Amino acid sequence: MRTDTADVERPATAPTFQHIGIGRRLKNHTATGLFTVSFLVAVVPLLWVLYTLLSRGLVPMLSADWWSHSFYGLLPNDFGGGIYHALVGTIEQSFVAAVISVPLGVTVGVFLIEYGKDSRLASTATFMVDILSGLPSIVAGLFVYALWITTFGFPKSGFAVALSLVLLMLPLVVRTTETMLRIVPDDLREASYALGVPKWKTILKVVLPTSLSGILTGVMLGLARIMGETAPLLILVGYARSINFNLFSGPMASLPLTIYTERKTPTEAGDARMWGAALTLVLVIMLINLLATLISRLFAVKTK
Amino acid sequence: MTDSTKSERHPADAEPGAAAAPSGPQDPKTPAEPRSDSKVVRIGDRVFHSVATGSGVFVIALIAAIGLFLLIRAIPSLQANEVSFLFSREWQAGDPDNLRFGIIDLAWITVASSLVALVLAMPTAFGISLFLTQYAPRSLARPFAYVVDLLAAVPSVIYGLWGFLVLTPVISPVAVWLNTNLGWIPLFADGNIPVGTGSNVFVAGIVLAVMILPIITGVTREVFERTPTVQIEGALALGATKWEVVRTTVWPFGRNGFIGGSMLGLGRALGETVALTVILSATQEAPSYSIFDAGATFASKIALGSAEFNNNMTVGAYISAGLVLFVTTFAVNALARWIEGRSGKGKE
Amino acid sequence: MAKRLDIQDLNLHYGKFHAVQDVSLQVHARGVTAFIGPSGCGKSTVLRALNRMHEVIAGARVEGKVLLDGEDVYASNVDPVQVRRTIGMVFQRANPFPTMSIRDNVVAGLKLAGEKNKKHLDEVAERSLRSANLWEEVKDRLNKPGGSLSGGQQQRLCIARAVAVQPDVLLMDEPCSALDPISTLAIEDLIAELKKDYTIVIVTHNMQQAARVSDQTAFFNLRAVGEPGQLVEIEETGKIFSNPNQKATEDYISGRFG
Ligand SMILES: Nc1ncnc2c1ncn2[C@@H]1O[C@H](COP(=O)(O)OP(=O)(O)OP(=O)(O)O)[C@@H](O)[C@H]1O
Ligand SMILES: [Mg+2]
Repeated sequence: MRTDTADVERPATAPTFQHIGIGRRLKNHTATGLFTVSFLVAVVPLLWVLYTLLSRGLVPMLSADWWSHSFYGLLPNDFGGGIYHALVGTIEQSFVAAVISVPLGVTVGVFLIEYGKDSRLASTATFMVDILSGLPSIVAGLFVYALWITTFGFPKSGFAVALSLVLLMLPLVVRTTETMLRIVPDDLREASYALGVPKWKTILKVVLPTSLSGILTGVMLGLARIMGETAPLLILVGYARSINFNLFSGPMASLPLTIYTERKTPTEAGDARMWGAALTLVLVIMLINLLATLISRLFAVKTK
Repeated sequence: MTDSTKSERHPADAEPGAAAAPSGPQDPKTPAEPRSDSKVVRIGDRVFHSVATGSGVFVIALIAAIGLFLLIRAIPSLQANEVSFLFSREWQAGDPDNLRFGIIDLAWITVASSLVALVLAMPTAFGISLFLTQYAPRSLARPFAYVVDLLAAVPSVIYGLWGFLVLTPVISPVAVWLNTNLGWIPLFADGNIPVGTGSNVFVAGIVLAVMILPIITGVTREVFERTPTVQIEGALALGATKWEVVRTTVWPFGRNGFIGGSMLGLGRALGETVALTVILSATQEAPSYSIFDAGATFASKIALGSAEFNNNMTVGAYISAGLVLFVTTFAVNALARWIEGRSGKGKE
Repeated sequence: MAKRLDIQDLNLHYGKFHAVQDVSLQVHARGVTAFIGPSGCGKSTVLRALNRMHEVIAGARVEGKVLLDGEDVYASNVDPVQVRRTIGMVFQRANPFPTMSIRDNVVAGLKLAGEKNKKHLDEVAERSLRSANLWEEVKDRLNKPGGSLSGGQQQRLCIARAVAVQPDVLLMDEPCSALDPISTLAIEDLIAELKKDYTIVIVTHNMQQAARVSDQTAFFNLRAVGEPGQLVEIEETGKIFSNPNQKATEDYISGRFG
């Protein structure tokens, strides 16, 4: 921005385009370089983690028993076994969490966009949803422990885990619902009102169907996110190496808990189990992400 | 209005198809009721409105309940505590009749690892956000942003394993070098475990930095993207270089968003549990002020303590720590949202 | 079934902003009333007040009376949903429901009110589409989404949707402003057709259109920016365009035609 050259040094005939000072150019190039590098810096750990998972977790996963057996009865040095018990736990726990948090979260989203608008209550609720989305998962676990186990006297169980996952998934569902409802044009609501359709039916039959695809996608992404949660599991349920379908009693495995627990088996077989479970978890998460993309295509509002 | 008038007034709902009948939906008008200030609200609308409002109230009550239940469970243990909760460096919570627990060391390790993470992640996230919004080719910006978001999809337990088993051996030489050459700075002095083992705040901070990178980037990128095009074009038309455009328009506009996003990242780092449980080795010796110390954060202490959750007093001690963590993250998040909300409204 | 509308001392507000002041006029049954006037003078606002769409906007307020065949639509015991069912509306921008097929769009009002009889719905769909002059164009693709039609077709779909619930009055806010001349003519023909059965109020910026389709015309104006809009006069369309009572009306019309 500053002109370095004094008037006398200017060539007699000015160049067609004004010159850019070397200092400015250098700064510009340095900035460009630094910003590009910082992006690469972010890519490195991602690829590194993925490479680690593949190189260490793929072999155990390739065994035939992996998807159909548990780790039941394996000694520390025994290779083999499978992840079925943990898959069951992960799927059951996150499914129940979704079943509770989706209707609740969508309703909160509807309240914030369709009813609350700029009311005091709505802005307080929005703030609380923000706080909830920053809630450390261990605190969610402690709260469920304090409420469900200490106060109500229920035993540790997969269901207690599901309850803590509800706390973590709820803000995600609310946020997606809010975003998706916000982009539904008011035109559609007005068209519906003008037909003499009451507000609640307008929301249920016109507004929500229009944003269905987006909400479903967000729900799937939320599901993927809670499946990897480990902290609440450590305090809310015991680990079982056998298959337990019962959410309400007994220890129950899940993928993150399996990884965490098998870490403590200081043998090669234990390592294989741990990395196998880790790769499985990431694959499940990726699968669900993929499903989310698919759903957003499948349920998208059709124009043809 | 009464229910009887309601059903009278809504033939369309009561009897499907009435609207299409040639007579139309008009019912014989009853004389206006005297209570003229009460508006007509349909039952469906009233129910729906109540349920929606109720859910809003529920969310607020939920946060209150979290604080309340943690507090109720913490108080007996805090009362039975034999040492100062805030300033003691002891943590003996296993014996309900002799509770000795203080959080000062937990607070230090928590803050130290989060700060290391911020120092590393903030400049990187800033660079990434600028790269994605201003520098990357338009067609690649989206997939690139998706790659950064993928970092958030990796579960923290996996980051823990990676940090502990894979990253540590690679990064240890850096730690050793810092320690030998800059060891006179207390921050890089010898810690309570050998510098080379890597189960320390330094490695924990690096892993946390990777974990909060997508959070900070996500918020910052979004704010940078919203920089008004007129401002950018105005600067370009004055002959500004790209960097000058960034400095004069994008940065002033998005600064608050960047700071708010970093605070959100901080909130996440403060509460991160499993990765740190895996990485930080539990030590007997209390930490000093070096980043090569090991120890436990609030969250990792609670996770490790879950093995001794067998009586309410012991649990209460851990819940006390959890309460402090809850209040801290609450404050940090609230501040983050407040700052973020002010983005683009700065003076410049 | 067409009904008369009496508007008495209507004052309309958006929060603190007084948008329309002291409007009184009569809309005759089985006729077309056009609202004309410069942008921002409150035509849409008045129109939306007639079927209580005004109150959908947060902070909006209404004073005065709107009588439908003598019954105040703002009476405390009247349900706005019922009013909108009786007084239908077509918007400036076509807004078919994107998740519904063409057929479902047309019968949306009935279906959402609980009508399930498929045969009856099909009949209504055909009848409404025919009366909107759209049947021939879409009869082979009734199950395609409403958004797959052209702009002009979408607007006629919206008209079909509005007439499907058999309202007594039809309000149209610049229904042709986004359309090409051919679609515009199609809709003008449609209006001429519909006025046999309906009371129609149409807002338009197009003087020729007002002259062609309406029986009486109301001219609205603003005294100054920030001031509320007012009704200047309402007269038979022929008189307004040849020999208006007010100077302001003449200026506006001749300015446009000029
Ligand atoms: N939703 C709203 N909130 C606040 N003010 C509004 C709103 N809608 C309209 N107004 C204001 O009310 C006044 C009348 O607006 P209205 O839309 O009725 O004008 P109009 O005559 O229909 O104009 P046009 O011919 O451009 O459609 C304008 O000053 C406008 O700014
Ligand atoms: Mg208008």
